[in-house]
Amino acid sequence: MATAPSAEQQPAFDVASPEQVATARAALDAHTVETVAWHFHESTGCPFWLEYAKSLPFNPLTDVRCFDDLKKFPPFEDEWLRGGPIRRWVPKGLADQPVYVFETGGTTGIPKSRYNSRDFRTDYEMFSETLPEEFFPKGANWLMLGPSGPRRLRLSIEHLAQYRGGICFCVDLDPRWVIKLIQKGWMEHLEAYKQHCIDQAITILEAGHEIRCMFTTPKLLEALALALEKKGTTIREAGITGIFSGGTEFTPQWTRFAVEELLDGAYLTPTYGNTLMGLAASRPVVAADGYTIAYYAPQPRAVIEVVDFDDPDAVVPYGETGRVRLTTLTKETFIPGFLERDEGERERPYAAYPWDGISGVRPFRKLAAATTVGVY
Amino acid sequence: MHLPAWRFGTPYESLERETLVHFLTGEPVAEVSQVGGGIVGRDLKKADRARAALLAIDPEEIVERLQTAGNLYANGTVTVGGEPQSPEQFVKCQSATTGLPESLCRANMQKNMFVLSNLDRILDALSRGLDPAILWAGYGVEQRGVTVSYQPQSPVLGLVLPSNSPGVHTLWLPVVALGIGLVMKPGSQEPWTPYRMAAAMVEAGIPPEAISLYPGATDVGAAVLGGCGRSMIFGSAKTVEQYRGNSRVQVHGPGFSKIILGDDCVDDWEQYLDVMAESVAINSGRGCINASAIYASRHTEAIADALAARLGPIEVRPPDDPEAKLAAFTIPGAAKAIWSQIEGLLEAAGVTHATAPFGERFVEGERCGWLRPVVARAASPEPEIVRAEYMFPFVTVVECPQERMLECIGPTLVGTAVTENEAFQRQMIDCTHIDRLNLGPIPTTKLDWLQPHEGNIIDFLYRSRALQVAAPVAATA
Repeated sequence: MATAPSAEQQPAFDVASPEQVATARAALDAHTVETVAWHFHESTGCPFWLEYAKSLPFNPLTDVRCFDDLKKFPPFEDEWLRGGPIRRWVPKGLADQPVYVFETGGTTGIPKSRYNSRDFRTDYEMFSETLPEEFFPKGANWLMLGPSGPRRLRLSIEHLAQYRGGICFCVDLDPRWVIKLIQKGWMEHLEAYKQHCIDQAITILEAGHEIRCMFTTPKLLEALALALEKKGTTIREAGITGIFSGGTEFTPQWTRFAVEELLDGAYLTPTYGNTLMGLAASRPVVAADGYTIAYYAPQPRAVIEVVDFDDPDAVVPYGETGRVRLTTLTKETFIPGFLERDEGERERPYAAYPWDGISGVRPFRKLAAATTVGVY
Repeated sequence: MHLPAWRFGTPYESLERETLVHFLTGEPVAEVSQVGGGIVGRDLKKADRARAALLAIDPEEIVERLQTAGNLYANGTVTVGGEPQSPEQFVKCQSATTGLPESLCRANMQKNMFVLSNLDRILDALSRGLDPAILWAGYGVEQRGVTVSYQPQSPVLGLVLPSNSPGVHTLWLPVVALGIGLVMKPGSQEPWTPYRMAAAMVEAGIPPEAISLYPGATDVGAAVLGGCGRSMIFGSAKTVEQYRGNSRVQVHGPGFSKIILGDDCVDDWEQYLDVMAESVAINSGRGCINASAIYASRHTEAIADALAARLGPIEVRPPDDPEAKLAAFTIPGAAKAIWSQIEGLLEAAGVTHATAPFGERFVEGERCGWLRPVVARAASPEPEIVRAEYMFPFVTVVECPQERMLECIGPTLVGTAVTENEAFQRQMIDCTHIDRLNLGPIPTTKLDWLQPHEGNIIDFLYRSRALQVAAPVAATA
């Protein structure tokens, strides 16, 4: 529960009131009960959870009465998401819907998969409401410069563009190949591949498609801005007014550099997301707030908690560091208490998103040494 | 103290900072701004200005200012991180974050000052007497009446500097005097030399816009190497392999320096014990020029035992003890891991550990570790330990017939050949895998600064090419 900060700790953003927080929490509790009821009811649930429920020492249909009751579930193991059959995750209540499969990881071995029917569209439609019209005008065309392939980004961005009345132009990037290039130390190939992507992006931007909005990754945004600067122009002069981007390398320093030196006035909104959770928007990133990047999950469909490294059921105090625990609560997917491979600081509820946020997201320290980040 | 990035003369305080701590106590010593590769990439688009700023000053004047800078660096109080820093404060800071004994920090300071103080002679030697005005103009006529032209291959030299070896900075010190700017990524634990040297240069009148300092993570190194037409990187054998064949990058890795005792001198090996001990152990054995192997066809057990008796008793001492000779490994677990590796190598057939009688080699500290000198003896060139090099006094005395030595030694940065056999000397002179050759009992660590080190820096930075100028058309009456 948020408490009012003292005068000397006054945050540089609009902290949610206790009433806003309580209302949002009540909505989350109600949504949790409804979602669990759907996933564990014989007529609507998916084969995986219906089977799993038999091993539980409690009855999810009767014993989950609020969000905190989800702690009764053992931790969700992401290994369960590797391999098939994918239909074991499709709820009976949605069995007639088209099935998409989105993958995460997969540079080596079997990737983790998440089944989707419409969730990605819903997530991006909700996210669309957070985009300022001034910089992301309705009807504007988009450039999607980033990973596609088995990831959901390409379809999601394209849907976002279409939902806002625009057309999406795409340049592909294969992150699995990028990770292999880094692991092999083939840095010249890495540079050449990046240049290959940037060349395509510039070709599209110069082809008269009236592109105003863009999704890309921090690394590619940096490369694109420098390439345009070399040609004597800028991101803004190339027509881009709004950029949405994501990744754990989205640090305050990088954002400050982008705002001060790369964007030429184009608006940048960072996001944090993955295949399991959906998309967390950030509160406005401003110099007065030290370029702090704080993300807020799309509650109640997904919840981010910042939990103690040794006790994942205990949320850390505001401002303290902890590991990211995700909960996904949609009709398509139920994932309770999944410990992410990221850590960060717990942030106070923001007026527009009156629930906990997280800032300083970075790879979880115990796993970071073995993780290749910032690859695209 | 906070060390900001330095973007061609403009200080830049990052929102991200790395705290450097004392290797023994863990107390904070300084904060260092951390920037990203994008800043480097963006700044390098203006690298031409660095060279232009230097070319606006007479080349001889530049040399004089660098000599002044050398004196300021070694003896003066200069402003580093917004605070005055005396030589003694510099030594304390450098020792605190690198684990190097203060006496060795002072020795490295003197080495750097020596290079800057003698820059005129060094440049004259490396350029084979070329008038520096020719490098400034791009072409000119030599004393022998021939037109020559030298074209810079980059307006700046990129430097990805190491954390653990302050001795390497001598390599880049002449660069500014060649009209080339500096783009440095300081070592994460040893920002001290680049920062103090840059401050001394600027105070001595070198244009600040000719120098950049970008502390940061590996993407900064990649941006420096990718964005500069010419760069130097200091790293491991893996780094060397990664950049092999890349003409834009000069890689400085392990040296695998060696002493070779010829059959005509080996019976007098005791005469060369001082040379051998100095080559192995000076500067805590950290340099690529420290010997990691000694080749002889006989007496190898006696040589190993005598060296062990000389080096084995060296103890770990506090960093401020004038007698301290051993640097700490400041990365937690590093010394222990290296010692485990060496223990494995010592178990191979034909290998003996000559320093074993002198007590434990691995010394564990609360936050760091040390390795006391190790002398091994190998009965043949086959065991893996013969090709090992570590960053502490470590050497293997290898028994090998003279006629097989050159095929067995492998890449050798400095080879000291103790022989008067002219035919063997000739073979050594022609041996392409020996870089620096010392004929006679000269320590591998004793460098003649008037000679090139791992390639001539001028040949790396400039291309000698043809340039012809049409004769002026004679005026008609």
